[in-house]
Amino acid sequence: MAEANLNSAAQVVTLKPAKGWLGIDLKELWHYRELIYFLTWRDIKVRYKQAVLGIAWSVLQPVLTTAIMTVVFGILLKVESDGLPYPVFALSALLPWHLFQLSLQKSSISLVGNANLLTKVYFPRVIIPLSSVLAALVDFVISLVLLFITMAIYKIPLTWSVLWVIPLTLLTVLAALAVGLWLSALNVQYRDVQQMVPFLIQIWMYATPIVYPITTIPEGTFRYIYSLNPMVGVVQGFRWAFFGGSPPDMTLLISSLAVLVLLVSGLFFFRRMEKTFADVV
Amino acid sequence: MMDSDLSILVRGIGKRYKIGAAQQHTDTLRDLITAQAARIGSSLRGKRNHSNEADHIWALRDVNFEVKRGQALGIIGRNGAGKSTLLKVLSRVTDPTEGYGELRGRVGSLLEVGTGFHPELTGRENIFLNGAILGMHKKEIEARFDEIVAFSEVEKFIDTPVKRYSSGMYLRLAFAVAAHLEPEILVVDEVLAVGDADFQRKCLGKMGDVADSGRTVLFVSHNMSAIQRLTQDSIVLDKGKVLLRAPSAEAVDFYLNRGLSKLGERFWEEDEVPVSSTPFRPLSIRILDKTGHVSDSVRSVEPIRIEIDYELTEDVTGLRVGYYLFTTRGEPVFTSFDIDSEELFKEYTARPKGVYTSRCTIPPDTLNEGRFLLGVNASSYGIRRYFQDDQALSFSVDSSGAPGTHWPEPRPGPVRPVLGWEIEQKGSA
Repeated sequence: MAEANLNSAAQVVTLKPAKGWLGIDLKELWHYRELIYFLTWRDIKVRYKQAVLGIAWSVLQPVLTTAIMTVVFGILLKVESDGLPYPVFALSALLPWHLFQLSLQKSSISLVGNANLLTKVYFPRVIIPLSSVLAALVDFVISLVLLFITMAIYKIPLTWSVLWVIPLTLLTVLAALAVGLWLSALNVQYRDVQQMVPFLIQIWMYATPIVYPITTIPEGTFRYIYSLNPMVGVVQGFRWAFFGGSPPDMTLLISSLAVLVLLVSGLFFFRRMEKTFADVV
Repeated sequence: MMDSDLSILVRGIGKRYKIGAAQQHTDTLRDLITAQAARIGSSLRGKRNHSNEADHIWALRDVNFEVKRGQALGIIGRNGAGKSTLLKVLSRVTDPTEGYGELRGRVGSLLEVGTGFHPELTGRENIFLNGAILGMHKKEIEARFDEIVAFSEVEKFIDTPVKRYSSGMYLRLAFAVAAHLEPEILVVDEVLAVGDADFQRKCLGKMGDVADSGRTVLFVSHNMSAIQRLTQDSIVLDKGKVLLRAPSAEAVDFYLNRGLSKLGERFWEEDEVPVSSTPFRPLSIRILDKTGHVSDSVRSVEPIRIEIDYELTEDVTGLRVGYYLFTTRGEPVFTSFDIDSEELFKEYTARPKGVYTSRCTIPPDTLNEGRFLLGVNASSYGIRRYFQDDQALSFSVDSSGAPGTHWPEPRPGPVRPVLGWEIEQKGSA
């Protein structure tokens, strides 16, 4: 009985005007972990429903993009590729890039797409863009197999440094979440955002060393500024983890710091905006 | 911290919204930029920006009440009185602008029946998804899964995507999930307006169970008999304020007699009409007695005239304007539209913009004594509902002088037609 009382006392919910810039409530997020799971699961399930090839698309998309890039940049334009076969060179960068791109596409429209939830039920709003990003992660993990197959075909040996892929993937997810928080919250108020996202993604892709090697960018200050793009560090990290070479220390450090700044500011911005989501969406 | 026997405590809660123009203007970046430019421009010219208060509307203001654990509280009010906003604040969908409140326990609401259902997912998958959205844990859902399916009566289609469901099946499944949430506080908003009679009965039954099992219920409805049956106490909301808190019978009485029009006439203020009604703008509705005077109380033995004034801000095709007549217990009596007759239907298929009155006469000896409620509907059949107000106006009918009133007993039933009786004697004893 005493326990029941304690329980009900713990469940008291307070209603009051939200003030100022709030941080994120991790404890509450943990309490809602099953909702995160179900929304992620829904996004994955729904994405390939009524598609004959189903989840195979998550593999086909990078394959097709790699093929196109190999023809255009590798064969026709003869872009150099750090001495690697061009398909391997492109694919190793495309995998994290696809994760980032898909996350951004899905998360930026996620709040508006779930307007019926926002206006009817309470839960921490950050769950919505978060689950869009997590759903993209599942595609990524499946498509990772592709890279191992390609490396085997080109007889490129694997080393232990491949384990770096795990923290690098986490960095990609955080980068995507950070940008997703900004874009999804802005999109609730200004639908211009969803019109802008395709262009943003295009620009971002060419500002990342995917089709060209990072050596194209002059070393020194300019390279550091370039590395403020979080995906520069990620892509360099991926290539290093798979193919070795010089470690991307400074690049990765700058990129990680950029992610941190984006993420923290994104969380605060999101929390500030979420008070009015239900009223303006 | 509130007393332990209280379930809900609300102190001075207010919610302010930006209205119409102010909000729409900043919907896109371009508008924001031009609005900012205009503001800078006007401040450069030395004009003060004092439109702040006018751009806002208080949907709720200074709302205070408390609900004891296990009590069922009714919330009554016209459309736009702030009922939905209050429920949104209580279910934490939106934050109050001012004030303070406490809720003890999980809040579940039937206003979100089917929220988060995904058409592509199967019934089974949607039960889990919807359950999680409503705040149930996976284990709880698994434990109640069979019960939910049985309640919904869609066993055979449980592995079919819900987009192939009929609307009835969809609704039953959605309600089944919500009904098994078993929250400490249940919020019900007009759920009884949907579904067939059987389904409504089931909903009411389930709500009664919830109240009996010692949980707290907040019930918003236009159905006054349901309010009286299911709640002990009610609050009457008007223009965002609590006018009265009283035992439900008293509150219903107060609402019907005062919350609506006393005079047999009702005007729609600009802010009561949703923007989505455009180009239909209701102006007023009134009851006239035999002599043509506006009256709240008419006689059953005389013709009763009903007039609806409205404006069309654009040409409209296929519009019909009419009313539903209900008893104050929410039972429908009849429905009638202005272009029911073939001639009028042909003549007014297309109506140019302008101000109109649709007038109708209820013949003598139609209604029984009692109080009635008029609901207004303006729609194009199968295309669009422009405007609906289920409780536009109430009025009383007095049956004195009607045939049969030489016996003082009340007669049950909403109508009191004069029927042609014949008596024939089949021989003598």
